[in-house]
Amino acid sequence: MAKQDLIIQLKQKAKELRKEIIAMIYNAKSGHPGGSLSAIDMMVGLYYYKLRLEPKNPLWQDRDRFVLSKGHCSPAIYAVLADKGYFPKSELDGYRKINSMLQGHPELSIPGIDFAGGALGQGICFALGIALACKLDKRNCNVYAMIGDGEMQEGAIWESSMAAAFYKLDNLIVVLDKNQVQQTGKIKEIMDIGNAALKWKAFGWNVIDINGHDMPQIVKALDKASKLKNKKPTIIISNTIKGKGVSFMELNHKFHGKAPNDMEYKKAIEDIEKIDVKKFK
Amino acid sequence: MEIQKNATRDGYGKALLELGKTNANVVALDADLSDSTRSEYFAKQFPERFFSMGIAEQDMVGAAAGLAFSGKIPYASTFAVFSERAYEFTRNIISRNNLNVKIAGSHAGIATGEDGKSAQAIEDIAIYRALPNMIVLQPCDAIEAEKIVFALADYKGPSYMRMHRNAVPIIHNSNYKFEIGKGEILRKGEDAVIFATGTLVHEALKAAEILENEKIKVYVVNMHTIKPLDINLIIDLAKKTNCVITAEDHNVIGGLGGAVAEVLSENYPCIMKRVGLQDKYAESGKPDELYKKYGLDAESIAEEVMKFVSKKK
Repeated sequence: MAKQDLIIQLKQKAKELRKEIIAMIYNAKSGHPGGSLSAIDMMVGLYYYKLRLEPKNPLWQDRDRFVLSKGHCSPAIYAVLADKGYFPKSELDGYRKINSMLQGHPELSIPGIDFAGGALGQGICFALGIALACKLDKRNCNVYAMIGDGEMQEGAIWESSMAAAFYKLDNLIVVLDKNQVQQTGKIKEIMDIGNAALKWKAFGWNVIDINGHDMPQIVKALDKASKLKNKKPTIIISNTIKGKGVSFMELNHKFHGKAPNDMEYKKAIEDIEKIDVKKFK
Repeated sequence: MEIQKNATRDGYGKALLELGKTNANVVALDADLSDSTRSEYFAKQFPERFFSMGIAEQDMVGAAAGLAFSGKIPYASTFAVFSERAYEFTRNIISRNNLNVKIAGSHAGIATGEDGKSAQAIEDIAIYRALPNMIVLQPCDAIEAEKIVFALADYKGPSYMRMHRNAVPIIHNSNYKFEIGKGEILRKGEDAVIFATGTLVHEALKAAEILENEKIKVYVVNMHTIKPLDINLIIDLAKKTNCVITAEDHNVIGGLGGAVAEVLSENYPCIMKRVGLQDKYAESGKPDELYKKYGLDAESIAEEVMKFVSKKK
């Protein structure tokens, strides 16, 4: 497929999944739309372009792993996994409801899930353990982990970043969904993380800085990161907008963890439908 | 005859090394205490399967979980008290997912001695016991520690193994048949039963000698597994003696004493006595001095039993 067509397809997929995310959260009357919408373009890049996976064989040992450290963005990964055929789409209706498979935060019991998130700061150390095991077993796969920028406030992130560089884990790729907003306000106002690129560089990582809504940049960054075998772990700083694609959710911390009401749901879907994929970034 | 002594952590290190020779999936992690925890024996022999994580317990526990998720059998060791630093990681990454990680906490209890309060874990049994899926074990001698390390390699699921710093008498031999969850009766007697764990097994055995001179005969049971608890044995011996004492180098809240109390109150309500730290921290000192001062030594246990037995009569 020509690169241009592929990009359009990926963008179209992200648009479609944005609607799924909003519908799931609206249906559950609970969930985290802001971070799911900021992360979805990168997740589409990962799942529909980069990751080596077999949806029919979720625990295939040579698959690339994806650790969603910011587990509250479960609607995004559930929408992706259902679309990829890991489980029936009808499961999405049960999201966050009793006796259902799709828990509020991902669980390892869900096909396709490689990390049970929900408590921030824990994904990279888990990914690090997988990356170490892959090296021991000489498995030629990459381990991806997605964290949030608010999550960088967790001290454990830095324990893991130090260890990943120490063990020269060039099979570990972290994606920082830098959406600028956390639960109670702007990152800059709650606890400024400062210059993220400089911090990760100082910890011995390759740093790739991109617009995380611009699909050509996402694809390019993933290609680069997956091939950069220079004995260093890599972080893709994905500069994004929390709530991207829904006007009233963008950079609005009130929609970190709140479901839209009837009116808001209608408006959100309208906003997403109006997205012009050719221009979107 | 000279009684052979060794620390339970020595048994841990020795067995881990042996296990490494026969099981290629075994890996070990430590947080800059491998000389103290004895995981260094493994580290020296199998450097490619040993991960030095630096002084970063959260990262160690999380990485161990990732290794377990990938089919490895990780043993992650540090001081008991510092493993608590990573408690919520253990909760959310390991026990929540029922991952096959063996956490080993050495230097547990006030027997850690001179280092004082900061290093003396007296709450670790309580907190690990409260985690669903997690099993909790504590050997009373180095041979039992070895047996536990091997038993855990065959057991699938998260575990916490609690060990002590100081050398204690070796009361088992290599033929000892160890089984997770089965208490070991070391001594029989009709007047009372002492359920003891870890180093306090030895104090309980000495207490039984003292009591014997007073014509009081007691059961001494080695409770190497605090979870899953040997419920049937506890109820059976409570019925036989109507005089139950627990003994542990741990807070009486939530430890073996708490666990036995839970079992008895639901199944065979009877008055019992918990020997252990009485909800307070200890201090620096030699282990035997501390045991005497805080009521964990054989004399203190014997005294508690005597008071209890005389009340019963």
